[in-house]
Amino acid sequence: MTPGRTPPTISLGELFRGFCLIGLSGFGGVMPWARRYIVERYHWLDPEEFAALLGLGQVMPGPNVMNLSVCIGQKFQGWRGAVVAPLGMLLAPMIIVLLLGLAYLRFGDQPVVHAVLRGVIAVGAGLIIATGLKMLYVYRRRPLALAIALAIIVAVGGLRLSLLPVVVVVLTLGIVLERLWGRR
Amino acid sequence: MPTLAELTLRFTLLSLVAFGGGNATLPEMHRIVVEQNHWLTDATFTELFAIAQAAPGPNILVVSLIGLQLAGIPGFLAVTVAFCVPPSLLMYGFFRWWQTHANPVWRTQIQAVIGPLAAGLVLTGGGLIAITATSASGSWTTVALTAATIPLVLLVPWNPLWWIAIGAGLGLLGFI
Repeated sequence: MTPGRTPPTISLGELFRGFCLIGLSGFGGVMPWARRYIVERYHWLDPEEFAALLGLGQVMPGPNVMNLSVCIGQKFQGWRGAVVAPLGMLLAPMIIVLLLGLAYLRFGDQPVVHAVLRGVIAVGAGLIIATGLKMLYVYRRRPLALAIALAIIVAVGGLRLSLLPVVVVVLTLGIVLERLWGRR
Repeated sequence: MPTLAELTLRFTLLSLVAFGGGNATLPEMHRIVVEQNHWLTDATFTELFAIAQAAPGPNILVVSLIGLQLAGIPGFLAVTVAFCVPPSLLMYGFFRWWQTHANPVWRTQIQAVIGPLAAGLVLTGGGLIAITATSASGSWTTVALTAATIPLVLLVPWNPLWWIAIGAGLGLLGFI
């Protein structure tokens, strides 16, 4: 991407279709697919823009991919885009999950369902722990960051404290410490 | 069982502390839904998690499944809206403000705290599911499969769907 390029025009229909595909591709996590489609296939954003918007989505609460879709929709089509993009991403998966959920309500007492789900749960837990380790790996040389992650694991996982006060305390303390002796 | 209003309120509040996305909120969801209110058993909670993992789309759809289980299709819709709309509105407002008042230094500092905070929550969520699943099945094969998955996922760049399919197959054959 050349630095002086004009931003592409992307219609509401294109936003909806694009995010629909992203949502449907995302097995076990949507983010890698979001990047593949938005940066590599459609060229809606260059890699730096993608990273910046993703970073914004990560400092706000809420699912990161949904926050990203809100930003991208808004960037190209204002508030209409900010409605259409997340809707496009969620609609089809919601219908699929609803059908699976209804099937579970109906057949959830069958031993074979429990057997299959036991396997999926064991793998799913591994997938999530792997994701957490990948997220943490970025911070491996930053003691403050590792301390924050450890504090969260102890407070939320070990002591079973309520999330809201933990987040408020850790965020405040973390940002103060980061400003005092974070990277310069 | 909770009323729709109660579910909506609970999941709205949860969405506003959902830093790090869907799987990062698993510990708080479990605390509210299983430990505090006993709306779901451990077994059902983890099975709903598994269904959301196996389906395409954002993993946060586990909240929609919890709504469906607790209050039918109205619960499904109420919880989905309660969990998705408030953060989207916040993000919309914040992004508008950001486009005119961008301050990359400030964002980098917040990100340096939120990143590891989210990583800690995701690890807690994964650990919680692993512990719950093991205590439910009482079988060492559950732990072994979780433990084997971690390095495989980190080292072999397959689509996660294949690992989930392998897990489902091992479960179906009665190994887990």
